[in-house]
Amino acid sequence: MSRHTLSVLVENKPGVLVRVSGLFSRRGFNIESLAVGPTEHPEISRITILVSVEGSALEQVTKQLNKLVNVLKIVELEEKQAVQRELLLVKVKADEASRRDVLQIVELFKAKVADVSPEVLTIELSGRPDKLESMLKMLEPYGIREMVQSGMVALGRGPRSMTQAALRAVERPA
Amino acid sequence: MTETITGAQSLVRSLEEVGAEVVFGIPGGAILPAYDPLYDSTKVRHILVRHEQGAGHAAEGYAQASGKVGVCMATSGPGATNLVTPIADAYMDSVPMVAITGQVARPSIGSDAFQEADIAGITLPITKHNFLVQRAEDIPQAIAEAFHLASTGRPGPVLVDLPKDILQETTTFDWPPRIDLPGYKPVTRPHGKQIREAARLIAEARRPVLYVGGGVLKAHASAELRQLAELTGIPVVTTLMARGAFPDSHQQHLGMPGMHGSVAAVTALQKSDLLITLGARFDDRVTGRLDSFAPLAKIIHADIDPAEIGKNREADVPIVGDVREVLRDLIPAVQVEFDADHRADLTGWWRQVDSWRETYPLGYDQPTDGSLAPQYVIERLGAIAGPEAIIAAGVGQHQMWAAQFIKYENPYTWLNSGGAGTMGYAVPAAMGAKVAMPDKLVWAVDGDGCFQMTNQELATCAIEGIPIKVAVINNGNLGMVRQWQTLFYEQRYSNTNLSTHSKGSKQRVPDFVKLADALGCIGLRCESAEDVDATIEKAMSINDQPVVVDFTVGADAMVWPMVAAGTSNDDILAARDLRPAFGDE
Repeated sequence: MSRHTLSVLVENKPGVLVRVSGLFSRRGFNIESLAVGPTEHPEISRITILVSVEGSALEQVTKQLNKLVNVLKIVELEEKQAVQRELLLVKVKADEASRRDVLQIVELFKAKVADVSPEVLTIELSGRPDKLESMLKMLEPYGIREMVQSGMVALGRGPRSMTQAALRAVERPA
Repeated sequence: MTETITGAQSLVRSLEEVGAEVVFGIPGGAILPAYDPLYDSTKVRHILVRHEQGAGHAAEGYAQASGKVGVCMATSGPGATNLVTPIADAYMDSVPMVAITGQVARPSIGSDAFQEADIAGITLPITKHNFLVQRAEDIPQAIAEAFHLASTGRPGPVLVDLPKDILQETTTFDWPPRIDLPGYKPVTRPHGKQIREAARLIAEARRPVLYVGGGVLKAHASAELRQLAELTGIPVVTTLMARGAFPDSHQQHLGMPGMHGSVAAVTALQKSDLLITLGARFDDRVTGRLDSFAPLAKIIHADIDPAEIGKNREADVPIVGDVREVLRDLIPAVQVEFDADHRADLTGWWRQVDSWRETYPLGYDQPTDGSLAPQYVIERLGAIAGPEAIIAAGVGQHQMWAAQFIKYENPYTWLNSGGAGTMGYAVPAAMGAKVAMPDKLVWAVDGDGCFQMTNQELATCAIEGIPIKVAVINNGNLGMVRQWQTLFYEQRYSNTNLSTHSKGSKQRVPDFVKLADALGCIGLRCESAEDVDATIEKAMSINDQPVVVDFTVGADAMVWPMVAAGTSNDDILAARDLRPAFGDE
């Protein structure tokens, strides 16, 4: 099993996310993370899916996704050829005794303090999943009160844009 | 030209414009507005069924017999959920169908309103696509797109859910609407390089087989298939979904492969060095244990659905395209190979194949208890009905026997529920087929179990003037399940006895002859071999009413050959405890 990042452009219509996520579960594929949001074109949304499958199963999941009528384009973003980011918000116990140490970790990871209260710091970090994991490991001993992590979003490196081709399809009169 | 009409009128106008001639359905609260203009339509005939499942299977039968899109209609909630089984069936067998359902009014959606069900959500995994129409002005586009999706590419069911309030409100009507499906681009033209590679493999293969699936029928490619088969002289097998795609009487036809396929067909696939797979999908009922299926064969796999290629078996030459276009390109490409004197000698292969065919022909034993053999009934039915008749089968033993012992010479004469295995398919599907092809003789071959699931549609047939004929192969049991209990559960017959008749008892519950009468049909009964021909002929002579024949048969007959579930095709049993000797192991 290996992890693959699929960037899926879909028509921005009601129910599309259910169609995509439902396909994964009914065909027995496991979604590790999923992020959905608008693109620069209001009629197109982008779903970024992190999936753990073997090579031949990846081809099958891509083909099945392509059969969904609302799916416009699918690109697998190779780790090295893509910018990948996740967002982490984490509340860490930081009283007078430990605050200085926690802030040092924040600095080390170029994270940000998003909210402060006398007992707790809320820290914000975006980056590749391994970076987020490392910071969490460092913060753990101080006591993590609560955390939330977004699905991964990613874009291919370089000047090319996958929305252009998909957009042409949307605009082309039938 | 833009007109102002109601949403319901817009729906009916759209159905008329798109060419829907028949709708099978039942009205109810949410769809009620649509039934008012439907009442006036002279172009769309509505057939009032007795259960929505019947509407769905009738639409399937209509579509499978005619190649046109079948249409069914139901109200919201339970009306719509009763369509779920036929929609799933149509999805598995790639049947072009449009299901139109009423939905509660938009302001009530999501409030658990009376007769509310999220039918678009429910049918998401079993439709090619579905629509919950949100605005009355979108109705023509939704209907046009639904028919386009259902009938092009790999066909399948499409559902259009229409909230009651949009049917009631005033809107504008424009035809033709714009079809706007930017993500839908089925590939129909095959790739030239793949065609040439396929032709090269075909020319050099020493043990090739044409593995023909239902896609050949969907693509209307029977004539082209025959051309390729006769050009190459390669043996042909037709799957359960493809019976009729290639004439059974053809010398190159080895019959049906799969769990209950002929020894020759199953074994030819196993020993083959090249499977030319046309619109088939390596279903588990064909392959048996996948890892031991046709172990020495290279695979050419042509299908209009790219996701089928490589799904179960890796293809050496994948060809995405409409099977008819694939064949039209492949025939001259193979001819080029032959003209260049590239052509393997198939004499040795045919010698082998013929020996399997001669040693293990399809057959059955006469029951020793004096009961009527179901296989005999079905064999005679096929012979007397003739090759033009349409046969619609239920699911189980009688279905397998009807696939084995009736000889199909023409495409679209064999209708059944292959992928889903839906009991109760036969009667409503036969009804739909007869509506599509009123001049054809249509027989439903049903079991006593299946028949009790959907026989209420005989009332529809009687009232609407749809004179189908039904052969109930009445063995008093859920026969196929009983067969498995005999073979794999130590003859512990748990819950398979339906008591429609039993030895030494006069009781019949229900009595199918009386039931036929009550449903406005002619009921006949046949209990012995000598009466079989006369009873079938009697049924054939009645053309102004539906006919039901209760063929009371023995319970112990079994379907052979058989590849037990989960075992290898190499372990096919020609009959009980009889494993063919292939002479090579």
